Order: sequence, then structure tokens, then C-alpha cells
Amino acid sequence: MNIGTLENSELLAILPEILLAVLALVVLALDLIWPSSRKRELGIVAGTGVFVILALTLILSPPQGDEALLGGMIRHDDLAQIFKVMVLLASALTCLMSVDAEGVGRKAEYYAILLASTIGMTLMASAADIIMAYVAMETTSIPLYILAGFLRDDDRSAEAGLKYFLFGAFASAFLLYGLSLLYGFTGETGIYDIAAAFRFGEPGTLPLLVAVIFVAVGVAFKVSAVPFHFWTPDVYEGAPIPVAAFVSVGSKAASFALLMRVFLGIFQHQPQMWAPLLVVFSVATMTVGNVLALPQKNIKRLLAYSSIAQAGYTLMGAVAVYASDNGLGAASVTFYMGLYVLTNIAAFTVVTLFHRATHSEEIADMAGLSRRSPGLAMAMLLALLSLGGIPPLAGFIGKFYLFSAAVDAGLVGLAIIGVINAIIALYYYLSIAKVMYVDRSEDEDKPIEVPRPYWVVFGVTLVGIIVLGTIGAGIGFEWARQAALGLPGV
Amino acid sequence: MGFPVLSAIVLTPMAAAVIILLMPDKYTREAKVIAAATGAAVLAMALFVYFNYDVSAAETAAAEGQSSFQFVEDVPWVEALGISYKLGVDGISAPMVLLTALAAFTGVLISWGIEERCREFMAFFMLLVAGVFGVFVALDLFVLFFFYELAIFPMYILIVTWGWKVTRVYASMKLTLYILVGSVIAMVGVIAMYFVAGEATGIYSFDMEHMIAASQSGAFDQVGYLGREGLTFARFWFPFIFLGFGVLAGVFPFHNWSPDGHVAAPTAVSMIHAGVLMKLGAYSALRVGVQMLPEGARVHLPWIVFLTLINVVYGAFIAFRQRDFKYVIGFSSVSHMGLVSMGWATMNEIGMMGAGLQMFSHGAMTALFFACVGMVYDRAHTRDIPSLGGMVQRMPWVAVAFIIGGLVSMGMPGLSGFVAELPIFLGVWNAAGVTLTVGSFTLSNYYPVIAVIGALGIIITASYVLRVVQQVFFGEYNAEKYGELPDITVLDKIALVLLVGSLIILGVYPEIMAPMVQTSMLPIVQVLAGGA
Repeated sequence: MNIGTLENSELLAILPEILLAVLALVVLALDLIWPSSRKRELGIVAGTGVFVILALTLILSPPQGDEALLGGMIRHDDLAQIFKVMVLLASALTCLMSVDAEGVGRKAEYYAILLASTIGMTLMASAADIIMAYVAMETTSIPLYILAGFLRDDDRSAEAGLKYFLFGAFASAFLLYGLSLLYGFTGETGIYDIAAAFRFGEPGTLPLLVAVIFVAVGVAFKVSAVPFHFWTPDVYEGAPIPVAAFVSVGSKAASFALLMRVFLGIFQHQPQMWAPLLVVFSVATMTVGNVLALPQKNIKRLLAYSSIAQAGYTLMGAVAVYASDNGLGAASVTFYMGLYVLTNIAAFTVVTLFHRATHSEEIADMAGLSRRSPGLAMAMLLALLSLGGIPPLAGFIGKFYLFSAAVDAGLVGLAIIGVINAIIALYYYLSIAKVMYVDRSEDEDKPIEVPRPYWVVFGVTLVGIIVLGTIGAGIGFEWARQAALGLPGV
Repeated sequence: MGFPVLSAIVLTPMAAAVIILLMPDKYTREAKVIAAATGAAVLAMALFVYFNYDVSAAETAAAEGQSSFQFVEDVPWVEALGISYKLGVDGISAPMVLLTALAAFTGVLISWGIEERCREFMAFFMLLVAGVFGVFVALDLFVLFFFYELAIFPMYILIVTWGWKVTRVYASMKLTLYILVGSVIAMVGVIAMYFVAGEATGIYSFDMEHMIAASQSGAFDQVGYLGREGLTFARFWFPFIFLGFGVLAGVFPFHNWSPDGHVAAPTAVSMIHAGVLMKLGAYSALRVGVQMLPEGARVHLPWIVFLTLINVVYGAFIAFRQRDFKYVIGFSSVSHMGLVSMGWATMNEIGMMGAGLQMFSHGAMTALFFACVGMVYDRAHTRDIPSLGGMVQRMPWVAVAFIIGGLVSMGMPGLSGFVAELPIFLGVWNAAGVTLTVGSFTLSNYYPVIAVIGALGIIITASYVLRVVQQVFFGEYNAEKYGELPDITVLDKIALVLLVGSLIILGVYPEIMAPMVQTSMLPIVQVLAGGA
């Protein structure tokens, strides 16, 4: 295969990336042409554009099997396709929820940076080469650092950006070092080649263990696994709310794709090295996330800790990826990330609108929300219940798959810790429901306005989590199970 | 099977909930009418199912050791994991469906007077009812958990929003967390069952009939589970699954959520909660625990029976000590639900049949009790027993209904309590052959002792019921304090008549339910006897 001449199939494989780059330029151009009165529509153009790209991706470029493309840099398989869909969905919804967000909604460069980050995420999902994986991760992260610090005049935002950058650079160095060791061991950069090389012989326990740990640290930072989670609450709290939403879903989903393909794929024959590590990560992540979420009074910090805990549950499925021969592990991780994208976006959208009306992020100020704005309260309730794993919402069936995967891998104890954690989490989710539904406030007669783009966001996310939790559960799982086929050696 | 009547029973309240929730706030009256119509419709459908359940077919199946599930619907859901939307009822669940419908309909009727956010109340109430129906008709373990958890959350919102202001926040959270912890641990057990059964039979499926068949073929009885000699899957998981569900059935020492929850809940929710929801726990413990893991049941029920004895006696004692009218009923529920679990622990036909009847009898009786308490409280605004009195002058209907309920709980012949409790005690007495082995120590012949002590609970029950009746309904009416209390409404009366009627009908004509429950208990008793 020759990089000089691109074939059709190769162009199709990177269709979303190409179109995203075009869209980013279009948004920037419109910013120059349009009068400032129309600036609000930039976000709608960006959001709609990503939706169109999503549709085109699904229609025009179905997965092409397990062939490596573009000189072995990427693969266009189901794993890549599903995570691309998630990332594009996250990106489109984030654009729409940014439209009326203070400080970011009318800025073309905001949307352009967001789309650039999306390009990185879609490449993370399809990267089949450690160099590509690293570049994709940086393409994702650097725009996110900028977005986190986008509100220049807000100290907290600036702090969030800087903190995110420092932690990110640190983790990225670890990852790069680990990947370079892999190259040193095998002389290969292709993920599938490295995995194949390890099948026939390994470079000795200690060096390999060092590589495992370094790569694991890099990825653990991206999915905000404990003890590499410290950046998460501060970044979520300081960053503009839509950015926090995007970091919490898009970046996390893409990182789990990377985790499965790069980390688990490469080391699949050495589960004795990483399985205990992942189990410890999983237990620590969900427990610390949930326990620290309990005392939170700021809704963004609470959602940050909740997202840490959610990563912990997902890691349960990740441990099982190579343990189950029916693809249950990979399918459960994929399915959970899909529903998590929809659910968390819904929750953050409520927070965006609430903040826009009240300039508050305190949970206590959400008192009386069910009287003030019944629709918003209901949206928040559905999102929280889905995060808490209550049927008929998708969170229940997603957790059910994850627990099943853990049990299938023989980790019944882990599953028990998981379900106990799910109950702890339900305590703080229900506490918010209580504030919204029971507590009273003086502002109950001031309804909160929900502009039209936000209706689209709520429509997509809430219908999504209900459908995925009920009639769509089977189809969704079947599709997620295809993702497993893209993994090396399965 | 033409019309999917079981789906209709589950989905009608769910659809009603969505419609009511989407209606604008001013349509309070319409919301109530929709809820009541839904209640009436599901009651009609439940009666249809109940009276069309073919007992002779169940007898034929029981002769072969099989459970006869009827009105079965089966639609694939998540085929890759063998999950299907499969519904069906047997002679144990059909009465429970009827009970749920009864409590749902009467619950709507007596909630007519709710003023605060009545529309939302009705919506969540309908959702709760849908969840409860779902569990009783589920024939797939995933579907069972789906509806089990679905029922818990509306419960929380109903109690925390419309409950008794003093304890609602605490009680609702306590209740939710208790029940969920129990159920999710049972859920992990069921997932483990799924893989073990799948490995043994080659078919991975959450289908209950498949699970029961796998159990009969010995999939859960293989020694060497977890690498321990002498440990089987059934022995290891039975306590987790049985007691996990048992939390909701109020099994000691996990009953603590229940009185607080009942008292804090608004009247209609207490009725569903104590009347029906606790049966979800007992029913699931029987269906999943005892029927699917009989080998574990034989090992563990002989000690669990002591827990149920504590339920019966201790619950009754605590009820006797209460000053709060509603707490009396709350603890009486703990006591009476102990009898149901005790019935399961007899592991013989008559005891289990009695427990099946007790589920219905206690459900209708407790719903009636809570309805009466609610009616008194709504008018007198106190539940302090000593300061009430003479209510019979103001609310004769309530007094009569409460006294009948009281007689049921004392096990008076001619009423449903007698029909249910007598067989349970007979069953316990008959179970004298059951032995409990702890290490080298073997305890035998202790079941008759349990029967004797358990019967003591009935005496205490009589004393607290009579005390409440005497102090609340008779005695001096404090006209100065209460003034002219209004009598209950026509809707309230309809509700009371329906509940009292069902208690009397079952009491004088047990044939209407007993054969059905008995034939469906037979296959379970047979597998329990299988390896003994």
C-alpha cells in the first residue's frame, strides 16, 4: 500500500475527518461573512453539520472489514465505526448545547477548536498504529486544553485549562514512553503487528511490565481512573459547561476505544500483568468517585465525580474483554459508552440552561425546579436515573451487561463491588431528584427558557436513552458486539 | 394465544403514566379519571386472567413435575444473551396479579382527595403499578429485574414528595437503598446462575423455564464450586438470592426499612407497598431462590426459618408497643410477612400453599388497614392512638372495615386469614422431619416447636388489634378537639367494600383460590423433595 495514491476505500475511511475539517473552515468563514446579529447561528450550523457528517458516515462508509488502511495507520472496522458515531454524536450535541452558553456560544473559533478535537477523537477510535494513536490523542487533547481555558477572564476557567494541560502533558509523556518501549521490543509500530509479535515471545517479564504500566497510566489519565483523576473535578468546574460535557463524554468514549484496541489488544496474551491492575483501577475508580461525589454541593463537581465512577464501572467490562469468547466484554464497554454519551450530555444540557437562567451551579439552588420548569426537571431526572441504572432507561441494561461481563470473566467479587457502588451512586442521584421535586424555593414562578436547539438535544438524548433501555437494547447490543470483532486476535 | 393480555396489564398503566405526565398541570380531574379508568381496566383484565387460568392443565403438568405457565408471550429482546420479553402466569402469580390490580384500583379511589400535585402523583402511581405487574408476570429473569427495579424508583418519588413530612426524606431513602442492595446482590447471583446453567446445558438464556429445567437436570448441584469440596453453586448462592429478595419481603434482620417506609408513605402508596410490593420480594424469593435452587433451599431454609419466627413474634410484640396507629400496621406487616417466609421454609405442600394464600390475604388485609388509617388521619390529623377515640360515631364504615381486617389478621375462621394461616402452621407442624446440621451438631424435630411459638404471634396480634379497635374506634369521642369530622366519601366506601369483599369471599369459599395455588406449588415441592 502506498500513501502517495489514495484509493477510494481509504478516502471513505477518513470521510468524517475530512468533512469535519471542512466544516471547521466553513464555520470560521461564516464568522467573517455574517453580521454579529447572526453569530448565534454558528453553533446551529456546526451542530447540524456534524449531524449531516454523522449521517453521511453511516450511509457512505460502512466498515470495510479488518484491512489496515493508509499504510497501516488506521482500520475502518466496526469498532472504529461505532465509536466514531458516538464521538460525532457527542460533538454535534455539544455544538447545539453551546448555542446559548455564555462566553462561548457566539464564537466561531470555539466551534472550530471543538471540531478539531472531534477529528482527533474519531482518529483515536480507528488508530491501528501506535504513532497514529499518539498523534490522535494529542489532536484530541490540545484543543481540549484550549477549550477548558476558553473563558479568558474567568480565573477558574484559566486554572482549569492550565491544570488540564499540565496533567495531560504528564500522562502523555508516560504513554509515549510506554509506546516507545513497545517499538523497542518488537521493531513494529502497527498495533496488530506488535500484538502478533508478543504472541510468539515476550521480552522478559520486567521490561514488559514497565511497558504495561506506562501505557496504562497514560490511558488511565484519559479515562480519569483513580488515582489519575485529580484533574477531573477542577477541570469540569472551571471549564465552560458544554466543554465539561464534551470532555466527559467524547474524550472518555474515544479513550475507551483506545484502551481496548491499543492497551488490551497489544497485551492480550499477558492478562496476568494487566488484569489485576485493571481490577484495582476499576474498584478504586468507582469507589473513590462515588464516595467523593457524596459531599459535593456544586452540580458540575458532582457530575465530575459521577463520571469518574462511571469510568470505573466501564473498566469492569474492559477487564473482561479478552476473557469472554462471545464478545460480551467489548460489547458491554461499547454499549455503556454509547448510552453514557447520551445520558451525560442530557444532564449537562440541563446544567447549561439552569446556569444560564440563574448563574448558579449549586445543587441547593435547583430547589423547586420541578415546579419552575417541569420539563427540565424531568430531563434531569431521566438522566440521573439512567446514570444510576434504573430501568426502563439505558443505564440499567448497560450496567447489567457490564456486571454480566465481569461475572463471565469469573470476577463475581468485582461485580458485587460494582453493584454496591451503583447503590451508593443512587443515593446522590436521588438526593438531587429530591431537591428538584420536594424542596421549595422563592423563584418557582420564574420558568427557565429552553431555546429551540436545546429541544433537539433533549429529544435526541432522552429518546435515545429510553429506546436503548427498552426496545433498542437488543439491536444496540448486537451492534456493540460487532465492535469486538475489530480487536486484535478476537 | 391471541390478545396479549399480560402485556396489556403491564403496559396500560405505563401508557397512562406517560399520558398523565405529559398533560398540562390544570387537568387534575382528567388525570384522576384516566388513572381510575386504568385501574378499572387492569382489574377487569386481571379478573379475566384469574378466571381463565386453566387449573386442570396445571394439574396435568404438575403430575409431570412441571410448572404450568399460561397466557405466555415470548418476544426476543437481546438475542445474543438469550434475553427475551417473556411473560406468563402460573397459579402462584395469577392471584398476585389480581391483588395488584385490586390495590391499584382502590388506591386510586382513596387518593381522589389529594390536592398537592395530584396529576404527578397519579402518573408515578401508575408507573409503580406497572412495575409491580411486570415482576409478577415475568417469565424471564432479566425482565423480572427490569420491572423489580422499575417499581422501586417511583416508590421513592411518591414517598419523598407526598409522604408524611416528618420522616419522608429519611424513610424513602432508607427504603430505596435497602431494597436495591438486596435486589442487586440477587441480580449478581442470577447472572452467575445464567453462566453456570449455560455451561451445563449449552444454552445461554435468562428464560425462567429454561432455568428451572436446568436446575432439575442438576446444573446447580455440582460439587466443587469455587474449588471447595462439598460446596455447590446452589448452596453458595441460595442465601444471597433468597435473602436478597427477602429484604423486600421484610425478612428479619432486613425488615428495618419497612415500618418507617410504610408510615412515611402516602396512603395509596402504603397500600401498594405493604399490600403488594412486599409480596414481590416473597414471590421472587420463592420463584428464583426456592424453585431454581432447591438444593440450596434444603440446606439453608432450616435455619432461615428461625429468622421468620423472629419476624412473626418480634414484629407482633413491637406492633403492640406502638402509640402511632400507622406504625402498628407497619409492624403487623412485618409479622404477617414472616408467616409467608415461614410457609416457604416448611418445604411441604400444605405449608407452601398456605403461604401462597397468605400473600393474597395479607395483601388485601394490609391494603385495607392502611386505607382505614389514612381515612382516619386525613380527617383527624393525628395518628396518636390514645388521643383518638369514638371514631365509630363519625366513620362507621371505616370502623367496620377495620374490625373485619382485624379479624382477618387474628385468623378468624370464615375469613381469609384463617384459610391462609392454618395451613402454614399445619405445614410447619408437618415439617418435623426437617433437620438442621451445623458441623457435627444436628438439630431435629424443632419445627413443631416453631409452630407453637409462631402461634403465639397470633395471640399478640389479637391483643394489639383489639387494643387499637377499642382505643381508636370506640371509647369517648372528643368532640371539642375534633368537632364535626366528615364521613368518608362514596369512592372511599367503594374501595373498602372491594377489599373487605375479597377477604370474605376467600374466607368462605377458599376453593376459589386454593386449588390453583396448590397445584402450582406441587412442582416446587417435588423438586424440594427430590434429593432429600
